[in-house]
Amino acid sequence: MRSCSPILAVWLLLFAGSSAEAQPKPGPDGHSLVARGEYLARAGDCIACHTAPEGRTFAGGRAMPTPFGTLYSSNITPDRDTGIGKWTAEDFYKAMHYGRFPDGGLMYPAMPFASYTKVTRADTEAIFAYLKSIPAVSQRNREHDLRFPYSNRQLILGWRTLYFSEGEFKPDPTKSAEWNRGAYLVEGLGHCGMCHSPINALGGTSQSEAFKGGLIPMQNWYAPSLTSNREAGLGDWSIKDITDLLQTGVSMRGVVYGPMAEVVHNSLQYLNDEDTRAMAVYLKSIAEPSPPSPASSRLPTTESSLLISLGKTVYDKHCASCHGTQGEGKPPHWPPLANNQSIEMQSAVNPIRMVLNGGYPPGTKGNPMPYGMPPFAGLLSDNEIAAVVSYIRTAWGNRGTPISAREANELRSAPLN
Amino acid sequence: MLARAVASAAVIVTLAAAGGAAAQTANQPPDTMAARVEACTPCHGNQGEGTNDVYFPRLAGKPAGYLYNQLIAFKNGRRKYPPMNYLLEFLPDPYLQQMADYFADQHPALPPVAASDASKEVLQHGQSLVSRGDPQRQVPACGSCHGPALTGMEPGIPGLLGLRPNYISAQLGAWRYGTRTATAPDCMQQVAARLTEEDVTAVAAWLASRPAPVNIAPAPKGTYVLPFACGSEPD
Ligand code: HEC
Ligand code: HEC
Ligand code: HEC
Ligand code: HEC
Ligand code: HEC
Repeated sequence: MRSCSPILAVWLLLFAGSSAEAQPKPGPDGHSLVARGEYLARAGDCIACHTAPEGRTFAGGRAMPTPFGTLYSSNITPDRDTGIGKWTAEDFYKAMHYGRFPDGGLMYPAMPFASYTKVTRADTEAIFAYLKSIPAVSQRNREHDLRFPYSNRQLILGWRTLYFSEGEFKPDPTKSAEWNRGAYLVEGLGHCGMCHSPINALGGTSQSEAFKGGLIPMQNWYAPSLTSNREAGLGDWSIKDITDLLQTGVSMRGVVYGPMAEVVHNSLQYLNDEDTRAMAVYLKSIAEPSPPSPASSRLPTTESSLLISLGKTVYDKHCASCHGTQGEGKPPHWPPLANNQSIEMQSAVNPIRMVLNGGYPPGTKGNPMPYGMPPFAGLLSDNEIAAVVSYIRTAWGNRGTPISAREANELRSAPLN
Repeated sequence: MLARAVASAAVIVTLAAAGGAAAQTANQPPDTMAARVEACTPCHGNQGEGTNDVYFPRLAGKPAGYLYNQLIAFKNGRRKYPPMNYLLEFLPDPYLQQMADYFADQHPALPPVAASDASKEVLQHGQSLVSRGDPQRQVPACGSCHGPALTGMEPGIPGLLGLRPNYISAQLGAWRYGTRTATAPDCMQQVAARLTEEDVTAVAAWLASRPAPVNIAPAPKGTYVLPFACGSEPD
């Protein structure tokens, strides 16, 4: 998603931040306020949406396809004419907290204000101070390209009534400070619920469904439930495995890929150990024990046993060298497939896409030279893909269900970026 | 009780494993670049020698600077091939440099020359463009940049031998249609824009018909002067 080296970009920003052209610092505490703001902007992953590929940092213009048309993110550099250079701290708080422009206009919820509303005023001000300190880029915002009637911003009112509840995070006094810090980051800046919730036809996520998982529209990736241990619920993971996954992208239990690789690459790898641990503690606690899934396949049994025996042949030939004959892998770099929640889920979208497209976990400070998996789209037929995915979902005690060649075929055309 | 029994069994297994250093590493993939680029080799060959697919290029022995420029271009979407754009999206630049170095250091033999079905006239036209260019149409000789022996020059100019005609045509086409771009000034874009369809077919056919020279290593940096500036080969 981001293009130039993120580490280089940070250095450039820090450097520019200390140059004479930068805005005057608010008070003696100025530098640490800016540094804190930069850290929080990382936690909020503002860069992922507000920087176009090979574009200037935070100058916007990134296309975001939605089921209603294409949105373009805004320039949030301190340029006075094309960015947010004329905004006051109050204006900025209104954007983050209420999803409103300075003139009161409504923002599209693609800007995750429904999560950012939980961010405290002090943290919002730090982010604003940081954004005021970066180099101004003169680049006009591109008009959104939405179909009628979605181009009418008044429709956002309906969405807001259903899905938006304004309000800063309220700590739960019965829980530890660490748990509350984790909850604050996950529900607020981390906007994890934006992907990890079922997306309804209006593009909203409802409170009661928060973190229950969903298919991300347009991208065709499934963001698993963070509350069900049958999906990505982390109830039976150790804290160390969770922090490894969030900070480095790989762990003894599984790896990140697709849109989650972006989140780790641009955001989570930069969080400090305490905050990462706090998120892990919170994530582990929200996982609910779930009843074993009623293993119901849509395929007739004879067909699926044929598939699975072909699947074993494909697996032994193409996969076992890395993932092991018993699915044990060589973790963390070659992930285990036995007892790996992310392939057993009801939705088989992710394992199918993984086999079609292959992938590398993101390169991070903790894992700068990740190992990769080749794409098999060109090597295996629809039937072989269906067979090997059916096999890994059901072998070694895994509790997933077989899939059909049609499901594999449909995902061949899923977008790769 | 059961948990304890399992735990002590695990200790014994761990101790046994610690007995041999090999057993320790047996549980990890080899700490080598070869293992790290296994995601690439089904398409590019185990040593980067290429595969049967005529559009999948050889990587072995090309200048490391050139390979690195390509990996950056794919990562940033300046050169488009979605399966590769996707694989490289979140890999750090220093790691891409290591991948480039790895393939630059491989030296499998060039593939045997495949029989060409191009006519004598076509091959002659190709040879003349490569070695002399066409001054009237301001087409420079390909050899003026890619080297008299067409083996390229460090750090950024690739050799043109060992490539298949389909691949060469596809790349020249990609420059003309803007799906492949190199660092500005993109000299190859300027060259490709001056070629006609017939020129492209002819140079592709002639280049692919050349036998491998004795020494296929790219010339050292600065061996000769380019006819005009290339962003990929800063002087
Ligand atoms: C998931 C994508 C996404 C993320 C992450 C995101 N934004 Fe946005 N943002 C948008 C979009 C899209 C708009 C345009 C909204 C509209 O036009 O209604 C926007 C608009 C804005 C605006 C209004 C600017 C203007 O003049 O139009 C501000 C300020 C802003 N974002 C700040 C931030 C900050 C700060 C962060 C990180 C804490 C952030 N955004 C993270 C997508 C995102
Ligand atoms: C842009 C969408 C998006 C956002 C934002 C997002 N995720 Fe994810 N996440 C995904 C997708 C898609 C997957 C499935 C792919 C995978 O397992 O890596 C996933 C997987 C996961 C997994 C399971 C990994 C495994 O191996 O089982 C965890 C845990 C997770 N996300 C936590 C988070 C947390 C915590 C946040 C907020 C800080 C977050 N995600 C934000 C899309 C997202
Ligand atoms: C060269 C080694 C290699 C081979 C061969 C290989 N994989 Fe992988 N596999 C990996 C790596 C590395 C990852 C992590 C990729 C990522 O994070 O993007 C992975 C990830 C996966 C995942 C996601 C695991 C998770 O934690 O969510 C699945 C499913 C998978 N592979 C299945 C297969 C199947 C099926 C085959 C054979 C058709 C196969 N792999 C062949 C190395 C390999
Ligand atoms: C699915 C097959 C596939 C995989 C996997 C793949 N490549 Fe490629 N690669 C291609 C194709 C096809 C091209 C030519 C694309 C074009 O037309 O521009 C290419 C081009 C390249 C080039 C440019 C070569 C040149 O001479 O200009 C480099 C370098 C490269 N790949 C490196 C890699 C590396 C490193 C990996 C693993 C991380 C990899 N590729 C994985 C198919 C693949
Ligand atoms: C002015 C110098 C120059 C001239 C003249 C030139 N080239 Fe190039 N060529 C380059 C450079 C530089 C690159 C590498 C561009 C990059 O970094 O992507 C290149 C790359 C190529 C490639 C891509 C190789 C690959 O492995 O993908 C082909 C094919 C090619 N040139 C063919 C030709 C042909 C045919 C001619 C003559 C008609 C020619 N070039 C003339 C400078 C030149």
